[in-house]
Amino acid sequence: MPDLVLDGRALRVAEGTTVAAALALADDGCTRTSVSGQRRAPLCGMGICQECRVTIDGRRRLACQTLCQDGMQVRTRA
Amino acid sequence: MNQGLVADVIVIGAGIIGAACAQALARRGLRVLVLDAGLQGATAAGMGHLLVLDDNPAELALSQYSLQRWREQAPGLPEGCAYRNNGTLWLAANAEEMAVAHSKYLDLQTQGVACELIARNALRVREPELREGLEGGLLINGDGILYAPATANWMLDTAGIEQRRARVSEVDGNRVCLDDGQWLSAEAVILANGIQASDLCPELPIEPKKGHLLITDRYPGKVTHTLVELGYVTSAHNATGPSTACNIQPRPTGQLFIGASRQFGTTDPQVEGWMLAKMLKRAAEYMPGLAQLNGIRAWTGFRAASPDGLPLIGEHPSRKGLWLAVGHEGLGVTTAPGTADLLVAQLFNETPPLAAQDYLPQRFLGEAVYA
Repeated sequence: MPDLVLDGRALRVAEGTTVAAALALADDGCTRTSVSGQRRAPLCGMGICQECRVTIDGRRRLACQTLCQDGMQVRTRA
Repeated sequence: MNQGLVADVIVIGAGIIGAACAQALARRGLRVLVLDAGLQGATAAGMGHLLVLDDNPAELALSQYSLQRWREQAPGLPEGCAYRNNGTLWLAANAEEMAVAHSKYLDLQTQGVACELIARNALRVREPELREGLEGGLLINGDGILYAPATANWMLDTAGIEQRRARVSEVDGNRVCLDDGQWLSAEAVILANGIQASDLCPELPIEPKKGHLLITDRYPGKVTHTLVELGYVTSAHNATGPSTACNIQPRPTGQLFIGASRQFGTTDPQVEGWMLAKMLKRAAEYMPGLAQLNGIRAWTGFRAASPDGLPLIGEHPSRKGLWLAVGHEGLGVTTAPGTADLLVAQLFNETPPLAAQDYLPQRFLGEAVYA
């Protein structure tokens, strides 16, 4: 059961949960804010559309292709 | 406008060149019909880099004049055109390239182009993401960037311009035939459809040069200037085989454009993994941190290249009424204003703002056969 931090809030999820799923459980489901200030969420769910870019431990990743790991810091807001 | 004509001028191609010509004509009070087939071109695929190039005096004259025109127009461009005067920083990897930078610096200074030599130590102060050990650089202060598709649309949104989605199947002087068989006439027809120009005029010596591009996610503040390796001049421009050169451009969104590649003898728009990899590897040699960034899209486009690297601007010498504005290779966004001014001056039989001779189609197509 990985424990992670989403935008400063602690969350425990089931083993095998993607970051995209964790965000849907815990927050507004969005991964980032667009250049024009809109919230953006996962779309294709299979690593193609690049909509679900999210910052994990300081690096930009795709939420739908990343499994939650213990201690992950996930940031969706600047 | 005469009876029976659909417009004063028909422009074929709604890319940046056709759009600039149409806007210049409309601003003279002419009625312009712009036809575009919606095919793959250069304007929507390119980087929108506005740069002075000095491979030869004619290229320098046209790019320098055009840059000046872009700077004049910049305050009137909508925000969506994303114009920025961020300068180009040419990177010298070794002493030989630094000597090239120095000689370019002297030539450009003589021609009145604002530029500065950047010493080895100052380079990473200006651009901290560059790797250590580069020899130095040449900064061209007046260069810039813009978003070419939005700029073309802005140009076409000028009173007096009508746009139509249509494919032209044949040109005959000042008449064009659409693929539904309909003939349209005007006082003049301007061919500005890039690599598709030779479909309508097989005698044009236009060759497609394929290029790959990649854009990253947003990483604001990493890069300020457009970073281009000086090897671009010595390798990419003069090579006959596939080639790559480091070209990194910061977009106003914080994204980075990564180029550049050149391939000959293909019109297949497929992104080729081996070429994309080669291109990215080259860019990462100059900016190692690139390897940690996410690319979100990659695509290709086709530059319409002429044998001498200069565009063909002027009336077709053996097809009266048909005017050419093609063959701009990778410099069409830069030289669109100069091309439009040259073409319009010739159409109106006025003295052009710079000598038209070097860009006349006659150099490939022979002297005019009509009086």
